[in-house]
Amino acid sequence: MNNDNLLYQAFVFLAAAVILVPIAKRVGLGSVLGYLIAGVVIGPFALGLMGDSGGHDVMHFAEFGVVMMLFVIGLELEPARLWRLRLSVLGLGGLQVVLTTLAAGGVAMLFGLSVQMATAVGLIIAMSSTAIVMQTLGEKGWTNTEGGQNAFSVLLFQDISVIPILAFLPLLATVTPPQGATAHETTVTLVSGLPAWAQTLIVLGTMVGIAGGGRFLVRPAFRAIAKTRLREVFTAAALLLVVGISLLMDQVGLSRALGAFLAGVVLAGSEYRHELEGDIEPFKGLLLGLFFIGVGASIDFHLMSAQPLLILALVALLVIVKLGVLLLLGRVFRMPLNQNFMFSFALAQGGEFAFVLFSLSTSQGILTTAVAGPLVVAVAVSMALSPLLMVVYERLLMPRFVPKRNEHRAADKPDDHNSVIIAGYGRFGQIVGRLLSANGISATVLEADSDQVDLLRRWGNKVFYGDASRLDLLSAAGANKAKVLVLALDSPQKNIEVVHTAKKHFPHLKLLGRAKGRIEAYDLLDAGVDDMQRETFESALRLGMLALRRLGFGAHQAERAVGIFRRHDESALRELAELRRSNDEKAYFSAARERSQMMSKVLQADISDKGDFHDPAWDVEALRTQIPS
Amino acid sequence: MSLLVLYAHPASHRSRLNRRLLKEVADLPSVRVHDLYEEYPDFHVEVRREQTLLLEHDIIVLQHPFYWYSVPALLKQWMDLVLKHGWAYGEGGTALRGKRWLTAVTTGGPEGAYQAEGSNRFTMRQLLAPIEQTAQLCGMQFLDPFITHGAHRLSDEALATQAKAYRQRLSSLLAGEQPTVVGKDKQ
Repeated sequence: MNNDNLLYQAFVFLAAAVILVPIAKRVGLGSVLGYLIAGVVIGPFALGLMGDSGGHDVMHFAEFGVVMMLFVIGLELEPARLWRLRLSVLGLGGLQVVLTTLAAGGVAMLFGLSVQMATAVGLIIAMSSTAIVMQTLGEKGWTNTEGGQNAFSVLLFQDISVIPILAFLPLLATVTPPQGATAHETTVTLVSGLPAWAQTLIVLGTMVGIAGGGRFLVRPAFRAIAKTRLREVFTAAALLLVVGISLLMDQVGLSRALGAFLAGVVLAGSEYRHELEGDIEPFKGLLLGLFFIGVGASIDFHLMSAQPLLILALVALLVIVKLGVLLLLGRVFRMPLNQNFMFSFALAQGGEFAFVLFSLSTSQGILTTAVAGPLVVAVAVSMALSPLLMVVYERLLMPRFVPKRNEHRAADKPDDHNSVIIAGYGRFGQIVGRLLSANGISATVLEADSDQVDLLRRWGNKVFYGDASRLDLLSAAGANKAKVLVLALDSPQKNIEVVHTAKKHFPHLKLLGRAKGRIEAYDLLDAGVDDMQRETFESALRLGMLALRRLGFGAHQAERAVGIFRRHDESALRELAELRRSNDEKAYFSAARERSQMMSKVLQADISDKGDFHDPAWDVEALRTQIPS
Repeated sequence: MSLLVLYAHPASHRSRLNRRLLKEVADLPSVRVHDLYEEYPDFHVEVRREQTLLLEHDIIVLQHPFYWYSVPALLKQWMDLVLKHGWAYGEGGTALRGKRWLTAVTTGGPEGAYQAEGSNRFTMRQLLAPIEQTAQLCGMQFLDPFITHGAHRLSDEALATQAKAYRQRLSSLLAGEQPTVVGKDKQ
């Protein structure tokens, strides 16, 4: 590909994304669907703007987006948390892969495939799309719900299981590979010639190597690079790390995504975690977008128009089989019905690994092109449909069984209108609610975790289940009669969404926002909340005060020192919020990068205010000089 | 002329009299009400801000209930912190010189209790001596205090009358009428 061609392709891809993604987001379809539609539009079957290569070069490149996403996910997942997930990863994930393989394989056999072929198809269908699911869940702020966590566990298991599947597939070969079919990337590795035990040893060694290298090599390296204060070199180093790990993974025949994930987990505890996240994030987002565009473009509409019914049936079967297995597992693992729906609808699609595995299967003579072709299309279509499936869940299912319970409760007390609504009743909202309740004020609670909802209802609280940014839910909770709305949701974006909804439809409501940190505090102030509190600020001040006391400050002296600092910090916060608003930087920086820039401004303000931290109260020095001895 | 009402009541929501008095004068032109317990629930009086407020006004009214023959704790804290040496008194402490100080105090007991033979054994004037001297040391004119006795037993009519009298008192101060100054020689 010459340079003109590359620029031209970049232009087409970027233009499609820039035009279509905001539209899709605007009409509530989410960015993933926007990218997919963009892919279809510029793909060979609509406008055909992607050049002769059909975008395959770009696709190859774009798969890096998935690798980077896993790296970033890893960064946010400390080893301890990963360890806590082990049960759901192994149990839920393992069962999902096994049961879906059996079910999908069974269906495949009904279509007349041999046992070997059906097994291969089943295994491939069992995979879901990490990219689409995590992006969609993240966008909706559901990553930390029970359903979201479980979906992540299953995806993690799938990513891990790709390795043995890659090793296992060739054993299923029944037909002669087509002439000239090139062996796939996974087969040309350093280890392919070695016996199985040696391969296993090398795989394990690599994992340990990444874990050890991350700790003892990469961290000091980043420290040294950070000292140079050359931003772009730090970014280059972050990219180098991800690319290097991918290459290493290719060499030993492991999934790149898994390697990157592992590296992320190792670096999760490091001091440069936010920097890394901030540096990788723009690349990740863009490449992931490219990847979705590629998926959209790769939908073979020729094949679809040739056998529309077959493809349609395959897509329907794929989604239904996966959905069925997932719902069953959700029940077995005692997920609340709604979380189960979220979990199941999220994962009911084919994954990007399917493309790799299908092409490996045809080249290895496991599946014929006649079998694999329509299935590849079906997987791509199911991926394109899956953001829609989430929209269906959100719009139709989520509210559906919720009002039923509420009607029942509303019938208990027909005109019971609380003057306070608390959105989000996690560890933060609870304290607010309990304080109010101790003072005889009962609050209406909006909560998205159904377990929590059941518990609260049992104790006689007025609880509405669902996404607090939804207008109908706010109305149902009595927002038009209430006086105060406390925004205590865990997700900062959700809190902001609720602010926008509330300001638009219930302008009389006083909005009190919980902010995670400074950046979120600025965002809340910008969005126009009436009051705002940083969730860690007060408790950190109190702990700081205890530290002062341990160092010999008197109780009251320490209390005043804290008070002076609080005033200083709060006024600095408002000033910096103003500064940020006028600079309008926020749109250009990733949260992580902005955080580090903000921190230096905050420290600067501390230094220039130094004189003010001295407490002149009850100072007797001046008096002493005046009183004659 | 401008007038600053420093209002100090830790349980204003329970107060019948003080709230009513405050409401009566809040809308007077050139009057600024500064509710200390609203401003500093944590007792963190902002010294510079308070000093600026004082400088901006000619007449300072301290309105509060009479607690243990003195001011409520936050108002005492305010005095300790704001009326600093070198600013309000002592060497170079001339910031408040010439301003007027009016104490508007409410008591639970009836007037008769504040007599030599009453249960409180001293007159209001005697009991207010530390406050009067505070004003004096700051070079301020200590005006004849506005006292309302028997806060809990006051009838609605008496309450209304007293509120009107309070408004009248502040209005005439604002109009620059020669105030009754409590002389040093008086008892």
